[in-house]
Amino acid sequence: MATERIPLVAYLALEPKPHLVAQECDDCGARFFDRRNACGSCGGRSFKPVPVATTGHLRAFSIVHRASAGVAVPFVSAIVEAADGTTVRANLLDVAPEPDMVQLGMPVRLVTYPAGTDSEGTECIAFGFAPAGA
Amino acid sequence: MSDSVWILGTSMTRFTRHEGRDLLDLASEAALGALDDGGVTVGELDVLACGTLFSANASVGQQLLGQIGQTGISIYNVANACATGATAVRVALMAIRSGEASMALALGVEKMGKMGLLGSAPKRAKAAEVFEPSGRFGSVRSVDGILGTKTMPGVFGQAGMRYAHDHAGVGFDQFARIAHKNHQHSALNPLAQYRKEFSLDEIKASPMVAYPNTLLMCCPTGDGAAAAVLVSEERLESLSAEQRRRAVKISASVLTSDPYVEGGQVQPDVNTLTRNAADAAYEQAGVGPEDLDLVELHDCFASAELIHYDNLRLCEPGGAGDFIDSGAPYRDGSTPVNVSGGLISKGHPIGATGVANIYEVATHLRGEAGDRQIPDARVGLAHVIGLGSSCGVHILERSAA
Repeated sequence: MATERIPLVAYLALEPKPHLVAQECDDCGARFFDRRNACGSCGGRSFKPVPVATTGHLRAFSIVHRASAGVAVPFVSAIVEAADGTTVRANLLDVAPEPDMVQLGMPVRLVTYPAGTDSEGTECIAFGFAPAGA
Repeated sequence: MSDSVWILGTSMTRFTRHEGRDLLDLASEAALGALDDGGVTVGELDVLACGTLFSANASVGQQLLGQIGQTGISIYNVANACATGATAVRVALMAIRSGEASMALALGVEKMGKMGLLGSAPKRAKAAEVFEPSGRFGSVRSVDGILGTKTMPGVFGQAGMRYAHDHAGVGFDQFARIAHKNHQHSALNPLAQYRKEFSLDEIKASPMVAYPNTLLMCCPTGDGAAAAVLVSEERLESLSAEQRRRAVKISASVLTSDPYVEGGQVQPDVNTLTRNAADAAYEQAGVGPEDLDLVELHDCFASAELIHYDNLRLCEPGGAGDFIDSGAPYRDGSTPVNVSGGLISKGHPIGATGVANIYEVATHLRGEAGDRQIPDARVGLAHVIGLGSSCGVHILERSAA
């Protein structure tokens, strides 16, 4: 029997290929990842789901050495500007958490990986970004 | 008649970990100190604006007047993240501007102790047995450390690195130099939580909290209070020559929140609302950044101070790296910044911070700052930002009298 999978957050779509889905305001085009009551940019009331580009570049980062108990450190927290201009935050993966190894502006791509299993065997799928060239 | 509002008296406790003293001890010390400094009594107050964040549901303003004088006046308890103190000042000022009050006390107080890292996710009692999407993002488990960080040193680290992405000449050395400056300044301030100078190498080698911010580039948690008595111009004119001479004019008072920007939901934009506040304040006061003799700005982390050089227009656009490298914001430079030691070394008891920076600027404008006095200071700016976000900017001017 195939393992059931569930995305870490509702805005991560796993099929057909993993990608993020933003809620885009029908009036002004502002994009959000959370459940909306109205648009924070223009006050519009209607949204449509749109896929977010799975490639982009590293706009900012911090290498986090101190965090809550249970959070593995160090890790690289990354602010990524997707190719369509949407801003996304996630960990930067497959790069040593050293300042010299993380380059501002570096091209990155969305990747997914398993991040835990619940008591019914459902696997949580998380996302992050990895160097696009790798 | 001008509708200007003036600071008549001001006081702050030392920022430190006040073992054995509670919130009311600190609030009372600052409130009574400000009243004494202004030469007035609690019975003369029309309004109290009391700012505190972590005890925001405890009617601290009422508790304070319960200790120092229950006169039955209006009390506004306010909370606005790290802009809480500046918000209390604004509320007091607006009460006077509205004509409902002629004398008001603005107070900020906080007792944090060793609170640790702010912004980290609360620890879940137990991992969910069965994954179930919840909350506005439909998450099935904590995303802290998976989808990046929301801890304060990391968020402000990212804000600094974004500036480095967009502008040349900004890196680890520039952030370290800011911490060097503020620790050095604090050695002259008896009210600062820490008063120890550190070399650049010591700052860079101190434990990494969230790159680029090492431990010595991060503000500590702590306890403290600060207060200011505000009066209308009309009321001030009825007071003694000595009170008028020491009064400090509030030339601008602005509070902004963050307008929508793309990506602001993902990485808080602390720039736009600060620029908006600064521009509005300069216009209100009729002064420019070149007129400022000192600036107290919100250096919760070294990376935050750097970007606020640009946001407050203290440097050329994009030139924050050159600005610190040139030495301009050191106390003997062209625009002294955080001569108190700033949040990094003076400390950051959250509710008190936005009143304490007004205390600092006012004290220099009065020529009463002792060893750390900036000579002949006439105009100063106080800035705070509370993530979430609110930005308060006040411009103060020395009395012409």
